[in-house]
Amino acid sequence: MGIPFLPASVSTEHGDQQPVDFSRFIQYIASGTAYTFGVTLIALPSGLLIGLVLAFAAVYGGKLAGKVLDLLSTILRGIPPIVLLFILYFVMSGTINLSPFWAGSISLGIISSAYQMEIFRGAILSVSGEQMMASRAIGMSKMQAIRYVVLPQMIRLAIPSWSNEAAIVIKDSSLVYAIGVPEILRRAQLISASTHQPFLAYISAALIYFVLVFVTNRLLGQVERKLTIPVNP
Amino acid sequence: MSKPILTVKQLTKRYGSNTIFENIDLSVNEGDTIVIIGPSGTGKSTLLRCLNLLTKPDGGQIWLDQQEITAKGTDEDRVRQHIGMVFQNFLLFNHLTALENVKLGLVRVKHMPEKAAEQKAMEELTRVGLADRAGHYPGQLSGGQQQRVGIARALAMDPRVMLFDEPTSALDPELIGEVLEVMRKLALDGMTMVVVTHEMGFAREVADRIVFMERGKIVEEGSPDALFYHPKYERTREFLWKITELYGKKEAQS
Repeated sequence: MGIPFLPASVSTEHGDQQPVDFSRFIQYIASGTAYTFGVTLIALPSGLLIGLVLAFAAVYGGKLAGKVLDLLSTILRGIPPIVLLFILYFVMSGTINLSPFWAGSISLGIISSAYQMEIFRGAILSVSGEQMMASRAIGMSKMQAIRYVVLPQMIRLAIPSWSNEAAIVIKDSSLVYAIGVPEILRRAQLISASTHQPFLAYISAALIYFVLVFVTNRLLGQVERKLTIPVNP
Repeated sequence: MSKPILTVKQLTKRYGSNTIFENIDLSVNEGDTIVIIGPSGTGKSTLLRCLNLLTKPDGGQIWLDQQEITAKGTDEDRVRQHIGMVFQNFLLFNHLTALENVKLGLVRVKHMPEKAAEQKAMEELTRVGLADRAGHYPGQLSGGQQQRVGIARALAMDPRVMLFDEPTSALDPELIGEVLEVMRKLALDGMTMVVVTHEMGFAREVADRIVFMERGKIVEEGSPDALFYHPKYERTREFLWKITELYGKKEAQS
């Protein structure tokens, strides 16, 4: 993979290093943020959708569904994301043609859906029981009770753990560097090699990841506050 | 006043080999207030939950307005619309305001238009004296107020009969009075009610019939006077006076 863009003041010649402009470093590495966003914005929402559906299926879908999903989630949570990534990219590439970007996004999405299923299942279980009973007592069907009573309450409960998971997916998106997606870490690696400035390169990457996670958690914290149900005026 | 609304025959409930209650017969006529009393773990709450099919009985039959609701193919959601239930722990929908709690069933189950449902919900809140708390969330209400919203929520569905499962047991003593007052008014207005409670003052004053249950069986039933002053069994007298002594003080305070 070539280097699409190098800061002008940085020489790639060995033994001929000039003082490096930190802001250019950051700029070059940050241009990989688009890929980090891309992977995260595919993995996280698809994990949300699948995790939510599977969580409700696990709680209300009967004993067999519960057991099967339990097993599936245990298996997925027992595999390092990068191993699944390699399986999808190197093994499956024989049958389906997946670009590194999509292989990465899909494998992170699959693993995240297992974690999100656990988050949502816990939230459902802590709301369900009595709230379900109260809903059924006024004549609601199970589906109505889930839709109008359980769902709006469990979502609120799940937000803190979910922001954790969001942070993990953002950070785990760095794993796709291993199959050559030019995201933040990959770019840091490239510029580190070409400038012999690993400290600057990886500190820049760390800084960018930190800002992404920090902002995301702040935003979700605001959502959480907005949705909080008032207690005692 | 003698039309039976609820008829229970030979009702039995087991959990595994553990029999909760067995061969319960009970008949509730229109406008009656039946109070079920008995020691804890006797199956009173489970019996109540079987009456609106929240719990499936293992044997026996139940009729609501001459229609057997334990029959196969019964639309249980439909049955529950007609049987109101009030819970010990109120079980309001925590994410909804008092008004929305009462309105939810009207809109989603009875498919009333938004405006009409809101009006009806407001009427029910007024009936329990909480019109001024309509916009409050359960977490902003006292236990007594929450329970009154719970009653309004059940009443809004225009039930044929109301079931109360120890409606004041989770309340601070000073909050019991306001809930009992609402229930008293309901009974006087002719609502058919089945009440599991330890409030003997309420039972003596409001009940048409008291049912004494112990160890999954109905020991004795009759008018309050009959049970308090001329019980057939010594055990009935013993329990009644013990419970009156225990809860009497609390009730006097409220």
